[in-house]
Amino acid sequence: MRVKSKKIDLAEGDLTPMIDMTFQLIAFFMVLINFSQTESDKRVKLPSSQLVKPPDGPLEFPIILHVAKDGEIILGGDSYTTETLSTGLRGELSVLSSQNLEPKDANVIIRGHQDVAAGQVQEIIRVAQDLKLERFKLRAKEDRS
Amino acid sequence: MRMRHQVEQEKNELNMTSMIDIVFLLLVFFVMTFKIVEMEGDFSVRMPLAGDGGATSDIADLPLKLRLRADGDGRLTSMSLNDVNLDTNFDQLRANVIEIVGSSGPVEGDDGPEIEIDTDYNLRYAYVIQAITSVSGYRNANDEVEKLIEKIKFAKPRR
Repeated sequence: MRVKSKKIDLAEGDLTPMIDMTFQLIAFFMVLINFSQTESDKRVKLPSSQLVKPPDGPLEFPIILHVAKDGEIILGGDSYTTETLSTGLRGELSVLSSQNLEPKDANVIIRGHQDVAAGQVQEIIRVAQDLKLERFKLRAKEDRS
Repeated sequence: MRMRHQVEQEKNELNMTSMIDIVFLLLVFFVMTFKIVEMEGDFSVRMPLAGDGGATSDIADLPLKLRLRADGDGRLTSMSLNDVNLDTNFDQLRANVIEIVGSSGPVEGDDGPEIEIDTDYNLRYAYVIQAITSVSGYRNANDEVEKLIEKIKFAKPRR
């Protein structure tokens, strides 16, 4: 006797286009993800300028100072004021000297909030100058409008 | 009785479930962490401590002086370039700089013109950047940057 085995017919959708698209999306996000975001700080909203362009290459020994709206200075995750900033900068300078570099070789990148008092930025420059730092970069965001 | 032995062709199908799970997790991670980052750039200010550069004797070597004045809220009220009042007009500032510096193109090295920015303490930093933008150069009709003054320094802070 012939026994007919009844097979449950599973309706399988073709997953290929979905996987293709998903991989495309992953590739897109992986390419665009910007790990240099570690340089930025949420408290700082940069002023914009039509002339600034992203630097061509990495700067030599960058010291990044974030200046928040209230004048708080953030260096390497620590908070400083203009009075205490020299302590933080000395720490950077000790690293600098261990690499046989001089203070004039370092680049002080000032990421100031657009509404911070300009005098605050001047004070920061003065403190850095006292420690023989002389190269400053005033960071602004690119305005293509 | 004749038994028909049906040989079913077995398909070797990979189990995609775990891979799709991981792929979706990755996708969700990238979507959640994705943030459009605005491009940033720098204005270079080379400011050795006063006295290192030596005194300038020639009056032509003296820097241009840009004075920026602010009200109590930090808004720009007026500015002047070498004592010429410009109100708050940055286009006028650029025009005056072009007039003084000339449109002969940028001078490489340390021989180019220099400007000293003297600003009220509480002036908002955005105005200073705007002023630096105006004196540093401009974009021409071909969207190329024409440089004007590359040497910028700050006066002592006014308390």
